[in-house]
Amino acid sequence: MRIPLSRVAHARSGDKGDTANIGIIAYKPEHYPLLAREVTAERVKAHFGDLVRGRVERFELPNLGALNFLLHEALGGGGTLSLRIDAQGKTLSAALLKMEIEAGEDELAGH
Amino acid sequence: MIRIANGQGFWGDWLEAPVRLVEQGPLDYLALDYLAEITMSIVQKQKERDPALGYARDFPPLIGRIARTLRERNVKVIANAGGVNPVACARQVRRLAPDLKVAVVLGDDVFGRLEEFLRAGHAMNSMDTGEPLNAIRDRILSANAYTGAFPLAEALDTGADVVIAGRCTDTALALAPMIHRYRWKETDWNLLAAGTIAGHIIECGAQCTGGNCQVDWPSIPDMANIGYPIVEAEADGTFVVTKHEGTGGRVSSDVVKEQLLYELGDPVNYITPDCTANFTSIHLEDAGPDRVRVSGIRGGPRTPFLKLSISYSYGWKATGTLVYSWPDALAKARAADEIVRRRLEQLGLRFEEIYTEFFGYNGCHGPAAKLSNDPPEIQLRIGVRGQDRESVDRFTRELIPLVLNGPPTATGFGDGRPPVREVVAYWPALVPRELIRTSVEVVE
Repeated sequence: MRIPLSRVAHARSGDKGDTANIGIIAYKPEHYPLLAREVTAERVKAHFGDLVRGRVERFELPNLGALNFLLHEALGGGGTLSLRIDAQGKTLSAALLKMEIEAGEDELAGH
Repeated sequence: MIRIANGQGFWGDWLEAPVRLVEQGPLDYLALDYLAEITMSIVQKQKERDPALGYARDFPPLIGRIARTLRERNVKVIANAGGVNPVACARQVRRLAPDLKVAVVLGDDVFGRLEEFLRAGHAMNSMDTGEPLNAIRDRILSANAYTGAFPLAEALDTGADVVIAGRCTDTALALAPMIHRYRWKETDWNLLAAGTIAGHIIECGAQCTGGNCQVDWPSIPDMANIGYPIVEAEADGTFVVTKHEGTGGRVSSDVVKEQLLYELGDPVNYITPDCTANFTSIHLEDAGPDRVRVSGIRGGPRTPFLKLSISYSYGWKATGTLVYSWPDALAKARAADEIVRRRLEQLGLRFEEIYTEFFGYNGCHGPAAKLSNDPPEIQLRIGVRGQDRESVDRFTRELIPLVLNGPPTATGFGDGRPPVREVVAYWPALVPRELIRTSVEVVE
């Protein structure tokens, strides 16, 4: 079944220059494998379309049930150069949680 | 166990937070983080106008306000409030709090040493673009090395009540008291990594006690009185993240996880001047109400480099807005954007970038926004950036006329035309760490 990422994860985002980082965290540790399988760097890049001009990198933190994404060239120049209302990418966390993922009924059992 | 709090996540954070931290419960050290990447250029300009300025001006009055409590409760303060003029900052603190002993850490300001570094063959290429520093050499406004926790610990060793640094890392502010009290050595990588991660968790103030938190945010209690974070640090590198009893907010492992991931790069190599910390080794455990125990942290050696924070004058920018109401708010805003762009073109103005957002539609989330085609109102927000100030200034006069000569029902122009702002850009670069020599001075 298709579910929004927000059903199983929460997130926080921030900036380093023109690179945005988004950390997504499974509410329940048992949902981490689902995140790791479904939320790939490619899918994150596609989700944001032309907002992200550079590549997307993914790092795994299984100890926190979390994934960290770096979205390069994603903040319109970053810091003081950016002309965007959200120059620091503070709201990109919520934007990523709208992404739909495919989850099996058994994977979501007990949720 | 020692208690280390953070009462200021950036210059502009809640003024009451540090006061409440020292008054509302037990505390040993109060860390205050004032410097963002771009703050150094602001304080550099202030120092050029007045040699007695160039530091976080909120800091001395704060210390004046809490001086008595600091003395009574024996709380020490560690702050990077010194900007580009830590000595002037310390003198002002002494004026407002004459009973406190104040020490400064010097040596991070390398604005006057860049030529020396270049002559010695250090290119200081941008870590973002790879360009050599020569490309912006005549436009540099400030240059500072991120220094670590050991110089701060040395300053605490003098018995100072208040330690003031310039551009030290944010995490060093919390790590320094642990080094000072537990006599950790420069090769105690795991311990230094633990203290660094403790520093990372609390460096953004209330962001680890329920602020900006997505986990069931409406249920977070009493945010008006949110407690700022406290780390209870043990000599073995384990620690508990908590806040004063009776304060608002929430400390739970979910909340701490969000902050751990904030502004994180490669979690296995979190590089600081003191060590590299491994975020994949962190073990979190809820240990009672508003208490999270952190353990298991591993780290590695520090790198042979220190990072420089260089700021330079880049150009000019301005951003203006107009609001369009229902019906057809979005269509009107789009039409107005087209008109502005055509008029700028007819004027022959050239910009590096013209950027339009339809706030209320796609301002925050861009292509990932959930789109509604008939929103009740839309704020048209157009920004331009370029090297020529006059062109940017001319742009700022092109929005308000639309109220009379563009699509109907435009408003929100009450503040007049938008200001032209100088763009000061950030240039991160590496230098061999032995180039940077810090020293500690007690300021009488």
